[in-house]
Amino acid sequence: MDFFSDIGALLAQYWETYLRGMGNTLLLAVVATLIGCVIGLVCGILNTIPCSKNDPPVKRFFLGLIRAIIRIYVEVFRGTPMVLQAVFIYYGLPYITNNAFRFESVWAAAILVVSINTGAYMAESVRGGIISIDPGQTEGAKSIGMNHFQTMTSVILPQAIRNIMPQIGNNFIINIKDTSVMFIITFTEFFAVHRNIVALNYKYFPSATIEMVGYLAVTLTASALLRWVEKRMDGKSSYELVQTDNLTMAAGTYSHPDRGTPFDERSTEFGGKEGK
Amino acid sequence: MSDAILEVRHLSKSFGSNEVLRDIDFDVRPGDVTSIIGASGSGKSTLLRCINLLETPTSGDVLFHGESVITGGVNPNKYRAKVGMVFQSFNLFDNMDVLKNCMVGQMKVLKRSAAEAEANAMKYLERVGMAPYIKAKPRQISGGMKQRVAIARALAMDPEILLFDEPTSALDPEMVGEVLAVMRSLAADGMTMLVVTHEMAFARDVSANVVFMKDGVIWEQGSPDRLFREPETQEARDFLARFMER
Repeated sequence: MDFFSDIGALLAQYWETYLRGMGNTLLLAVVATLIGCVIGLVCGILNTIPCSKNDPPVKRFFLGLIRAIIRIYVEVFRGTPMVLQAVFIYYGLPYITNNAFRFESVWAAAILVVSINTGAYMAESVRGGIISIDPGQTEGAKSIGMNHFQTMTSVILPQAIRNIMPQIGNNFIINIKDTSVMFIITFTEFFAVHRNIVALNYKYFPSATIEMVGYLAVTLTASALLRWVEKRMDGKSSYELVQTDNLTMAAGTYSHPDRGTPFDERSTEFGGKEGK
Repeated sequence: MSDAILEVRHLSKSFGSNEVLRDIDFDVRPGDVTSIIGASGSGKSTLLRCINLLETPTSGDVLFHGESVITGGVNPNKYRAKVGMVFQSFNLFDNMDVLKNCMVGQMKVLKRSAAEAEANAMKYLERVGMAPYIKAKPRQISGGMKQRVAIARALAMDPEILLFDEPTSALDPEMVGEVLAVMRSLAADGMTMLVVTHEMAFARDVSANVVFMKDGVIWEQGSPDRLFREPETQEARDFLARFMER
């Protein structure tokens, strides 16, 4: 059939190009998701600094200011399409600033756009993760004298991050696919490769099939990996007793001296099948 | 009276227009067990939370070794490290095993080395009978065990006073005993404790001073012998009578 032979021909000729495109897509998605998570964590910690009416006005003013800035950042970058953000940052900034500010590398621009986008989503996820942890643990930490930062890093965030792992996974998979809009700033990721190839030979549908299968293969692998990480984070479901007393007998390692004699209690207990 | 470790002076606390505590005044002397009794909703827990600065009092003062922890320049975190607290709902750190729960505060707040923190934690975990379980996570052990770990966690900070906020109220009757036994042994060793409790037998046997509260006010306080046998106020008589009926 023409269709499959076309796919075969495309792969034979361009497999390296496709692979390089996928490599760029994955690298961009991984780096941007990681940076986005860091942005989200910082926003989440800043957003949850406790603020009471008794605090000095200066502290309350700065906390309010920080919260307002984070809020604006989240709403703007969550509420506009990433394609347009890329256009504004890569083409718009040099245009407005008369080339005083422009990107030497398309990589830097792409990573910046995808990172701050992911960060905007993660900020809310992290906030949700933090408030999902029972406030009793925060009080427990406070009651032994830990400050906000210590409480966050030792107690709350490790649990919050575990709770938002599914959301981090979501963002990663979305990033694998949505980085495809970065072709607009001439970033050659997996989808841009497809556009370039079909412009040469008009084998649009066979190439699109390769794209579909390629994206699905990568996202499925990513899901499996994330699930494995989640399982690792949960730790063991059982624990070992630490016996401080060496005389304590563990079940099954001890044989009663009366075993097999008329004094063997087991022989009566189990209907006299043993001993006697 | 100046030898008191903790002095509560004219303490009041309101949530909005709701006055939860009114003009609370009492002392805790070193080595003594002070019990706070009273019906639910009488402000006992809020009082304890005010003392540990988990709530900010509306007015009044708390003096620790004669120094105000509210208006004075006392760092709240340093103060809390010296004042241990055991909660009704345990409040253990779910992401750490039993041993880590008792080590993290020592290492982060008191800046002790890991080895030192572990040795100290083990000392108190053995004392509460939880040494075999140091590798268990809080979700894997029973309520009574959790509370014993919480006590060990507070003790590991080597506090000068321990606050107990209804430590047995969330436990099954059969687990209450194991926690009270630990508390009794601490009292026998001269640990200074301030205990909010519904366990009247414990309050009677162990306390040096019993404080009776109702509707955010202290109605009377005194030695358990006197307060349990011949309460002066009608309120205390009614409260104790209801307890004896059960």
